[in-house]
Amino acid sequence: MTPTEYEYLRKFLRDHSGLDLSADKQYLIESRLLPLARKAGLSGIGELVQKLQGGSGALVTNVVEAMTTNETFFFRDKVPFDHFRDTIMPEVIKARAGRRSVRIWCAAGSTGQEPYSLAMCLKEMGAALTGWRVEIIATDLSQEVLEKAKSGVYSQFEVQRGLPIQMLVKYFKQTGETWQINPELRAMIQYRQLNLLHDFTQLGTFDVIFCRNVLIYFDQDTKINIFNRLARQIEPDGFLVLGAAETVVGLTDTFRPIPDRRGLYKPNDQRAVAAPRPAHASAPPRMAVMAGR
Amino acid sequence: MKTCLVVDDSSVVRKIARRILEGLEFEVTEAEDGSKALEICQWKLPDAVLLDWNMPVMDGFEFMGHMRRLPGGDQPKVVFCTTENNVAHIAQALSGGANEYIMKPFNKDIIADKFAQVGLIPVGQAFV
Repeated sequence: MTPTEYEYLRKFLRDHSGLDLSADKQYLIESRLLPLARKAGLSGIGELVQKLQGGSGALVTNVVEAMTTNETFFFRDKVPFDHFRDTIMPEVIKARAGRRSVRIWCAAGSTGQEPYSLAMCLKEMGAALTGWRVEIIATDLSQEVLEKAKSGVYSQFEVQRGLPIQMLVKYFKQTGETWQINPELRAMIQYRQLNLLHDFTQLGTFDVIFCRNVLIYFDQDTKINIFNRLARQIEPDGFLVLGAAETVVGLTDTFRPIPDRRGLYKPNDQRAVAAPRPAHASAPPRMAVMAGR
Repeated sequence: MKTCLVVDDSSVVRKIARRILEGLEFEVTEAEDGSKALEICQWKLPDAVLLDWNMPVMDGFEFMGHMRRLPGGDQPKVVFCTTENNVAHIAQALSGGANEYIMKPFNKDIIADKFAQVGLIPVGQAFV
């Protein structure tokens, strides 16, 4: 996005919605408007700006809505978290019974709702994971959203999106008008700034990778490249979870869909040999050990 | 078509809630306090109740207690919708038989989310 395009969108949003973006919100614009542009059959932000300048009524509404709606919420789409609880974790618990550890990567951790939803799922499993080492690594392009995620502080509006009221009462503490997720859950997650276009082998190997609603920002070749590199970071019996509108089908044979489990994929056997798993001794010290209940 | 009883002493809130719920394909009836709501429930129980807490004559919590004791009164999904936004009230509502809890102000997304949460509408519908 050129500076001129960014300035145009800033003014456009100020005029149409009162939304006042600071000079450094390019990331927010791209993350919200690129999917919208692609959906409208446009090549990118540049063409979207041209259309807006040409005066397209329907697009104006869509752009304003996309920029002013809070897109990320707890247990987003629900189904992936049901799969996580009913399919993924039972299999992981069986397969890793020997070493009693599980590593999970949220590749688009954003403001934390997804990693915290996974943390809550794991806590709800209770005794089945007592004594297990659980590592959730959440990465995102934006340091700003990671800071928010790390704080675990959400507005009253945010905690009412996707989060069952029982979970709110159980896992959050109210402070005035905001709610903060409890320290035990916060300690389960490590945050790292990461661009998926760059090398991520240093993260090590994972049992589960959630990579939802982020590949939609990339073109086909980049998607293929990322899938192939993800395949090297996943255990041979691990799971990849994609967003509802995403798939590997027709792009790569490094993963295969699991029948009747929408959004769930397994690595294929012919993939490259996975990078060695880092020894636990050298792993970051903030790894949480699940306490008994 | 599923039915929802909207109980709130503010006619503005009832109107907003009605518009949202009709958008989610509910047949909506309204009551301005717990006592009027109970009369409606004695006649016919709805599938869902969107329930304010503080109202004249009979408050939402007392209404819920009476309704739950009606024959079949365990069936309706009760979603509180109130300015009472502290944990004590939420806990009291849940232990008194509420299924979900909305802290005002609310909007379409929150209602759709909470109704999906308790199975009143399919999950996907909340995200359209």
